[in-house]
Amino acid sequence: MSKMINLGVIDYVILCVYFMFVLGIGFALKRYMKTGADFFLSGRAIPAWICGLAFISANLGAQEVIGMAASGAKYGIMTSHFYWVGAIPAMVFVGVFMMPFYYGSKARSVPEYLKLRFDEKTRTFNALTFAVMTVFSSGISMYALARLFELLLGWDFNFSIIVSAVIVLVYIYLGGLTSAIYNEVLQFFLIVLGFLPLVIIGMKDVGGWHTLVQKLNVVAVSHAPSYQPGTWTHSWAHTGASSANPMGVEWFGVAMGLGFVLSFGYWCTDFLVVQRAMAANSMSAARRTPLIAAIPKMLFPALVILPGMIAIALHAKSGGFLPLSKDGTPDYNMVIPTMLGKYFPPGMLGLGLTALMASFMSGMAGNVTAFNTVATYDIYQNHIRPGQSDSHYLKVGHVVTVVGIVLSIGCAYLASAFNNIMDMLQMVFGMVNAPLLATFLLGMFWKRSTGKGAFWGLVFGTIVPILHHGLTIPLGATHWIKGGWLLFGHQPVHIYPVEMAQGFWAAIFAWVTCCAITVVISLATPRTKTDEELTGLVYSLTPKIVDHHEPWYKRPATLGLIVLAAAVVLNIIFW
Amino acid sequence: MSLDIRMPMGIMFAVFGLLLREYGQITSTDPAIYAKSLGTNINWIWGDVLLVFGLVMIYFARKAMKKPE
Repeated sequence: MSKMINLGVIDYVILCVYFMFVLGIGFALKRYMKTGADFFLSGRAIPAWICGLAFISANLGAQEVIGMAASGAKYGIMTSHFYWVGAIPAMVFVGVFMMPFYYGSKARSVPEYLKLRFDEKTRTFNALTFAVMTVFSSGISMYALARLFELLLGWDFNFSIIVSAVIVLVYIYLGGLTSAIYNEVLQFFLIVLGFLPLVIIGMKDVGGWHTLVQKLNVVAVSHAPSYQPGTWTHSWAHTGASSANPMGVEWFGVAMGLGFVLSFGYWCTDFLVVQRAMAANSMSAARRTPLIAAIPKMLFPALVILPGMIAIALHAKSGGFLPLSKDGTPDYNMVIPTMLGKYFPPGMLGLGLTALMASFMSGMAGNVTAFNTVATYDIYQNHIRPGQSDSHYLKVGHVVTVVGIVLSIGCAYLASAFNNIMDMLQMVFGMVNAPLLATFLLGMFWKRSTGKGAFWGLVFGTIVPILHHGLTIPLGATHWIKGGWLLFGHQPVHIYPVEMAQGFWAAIFAWVTCCAITVVISLATPRTKTDEELTGLVYSLTPKIVDHHEPWYKRPATLGLIVLAAAVVLNIIFW
Repeated sequence: MSLDIRMPMGIMFAVFGLLLREYGQITSTDPAIYAKSLGTNINWIWGDVLLVFGLVMIYFARKAMKKPE
């Protein structure tokens, strides 16, 4: 097996030290795991800063790091829309407006909130789609890790799968959510401190920011005749028409599809991230969790997008910086691995690869802890064996953790057999959160919405993006995986300029459908919950939280405004 | 929760720092391996950064431990 990178003894030593600490944290936490609440909810005892870093780290899986660097090369600084538009506003919103209901309702999971607010069937529908989604996501993470390490280091595919699965299993089995959260904090710092020198050396190699801009101007102009020189270095200036930028989107698609539906759908309803805030030690800490997370999130483009921009600039200069994929275009997914191999001597290489490994494992662990909570509380306790003791559910939680990992391994092998199908699944799962956002917004801010309305809205909101995928295609798509599988030879209903635009619009349709159907059916059906039952679950029926006595840096609204203002400034600087 | 994450995290980064620093020192006579990092002994420099980061974390963890709950 040919490989790109040779590791020295020092690199293996660093990797092993990391594994020892990860497992050590699991063992150290074992004695605190006495109740179900300890295992699934971290006993609601975690300080805000740890929750905040775990919140961001659970999202900072390797697909994020590798994918955003790839997008940085492909789209340039427009990729920052996934951060300054597609994350920060939603993170502020969930902290300031939604967390009081998640945390205050004492629900143990996002589906459980749906049960309290609406009814059993809405909860079960969400629990099932979510459980399937987490297992697949964790499997895809595992598969990506094994593939990458096979390519880079020549490690055996099965060996990588087993090692990563066993390590994640052991530390979650022993220390539950706390162990996952603590390790996510560790991974956060490892990723930042492991990749930062890469950016610094890369920047030095390319000759600084101004030279980078000049080189990227050349990249833009040579890419397509319709592109202006600054296409790779401006985030908004070239979004007037979808043909003027490589992302193939115009400003409305960015603001609505990404900035509203996709981003709010993910950050505000995905239990994977919300679970981190629900583990906080107080309401105030829970609300500050996403706001604290927003600060590093805002700066990540420098860490993950910039390497992509540097790589494409160097590739354009000399060719051959990035390896080529089968169709002769640069293999964008290799940005980070290539730079690790090119710039890091033995020693730092070990640190960089450990950071990469850590980000894969945090992606898996986040999914596994979200899965075991939903599978135990929302599915097992609810439908299989209700009314058992706490220690029974704790035991089940341990078993479910093992089951979740085994299912993920199955998905990883499925992915290696049907790589394309996994890409499509991941896209469709991206849509699961879009209708859910409508359900939550209506549930939390409109007391008239009913269980029947929510359920049917969610069902149709989930079906519509799947139909949309079957009826439309991105330009130049030749395979049914990219869409159009419902056409049977007929003309597509719509052809999108790029895949990303197809995704944005699917999310918008899903959200609108869910919203419209929930409103119509709610108005046609009687309310089933009284005002008293909805206190603490709906905005207008819940007493406002008073935090005037807190210092300014502990008030969510003040923090939120500061974070938003900073995001606006960043958008303006890189306009 | 009575385990302060800053302690194990601090120790881990301090260990990484020492390892890289030592390795950087040993290999400083061999400029060939630092051609990759454009002539900078990145192991030595970044080892120091990690060591300082680790020690700061350990300091805060110890400070929190001394303070009664």
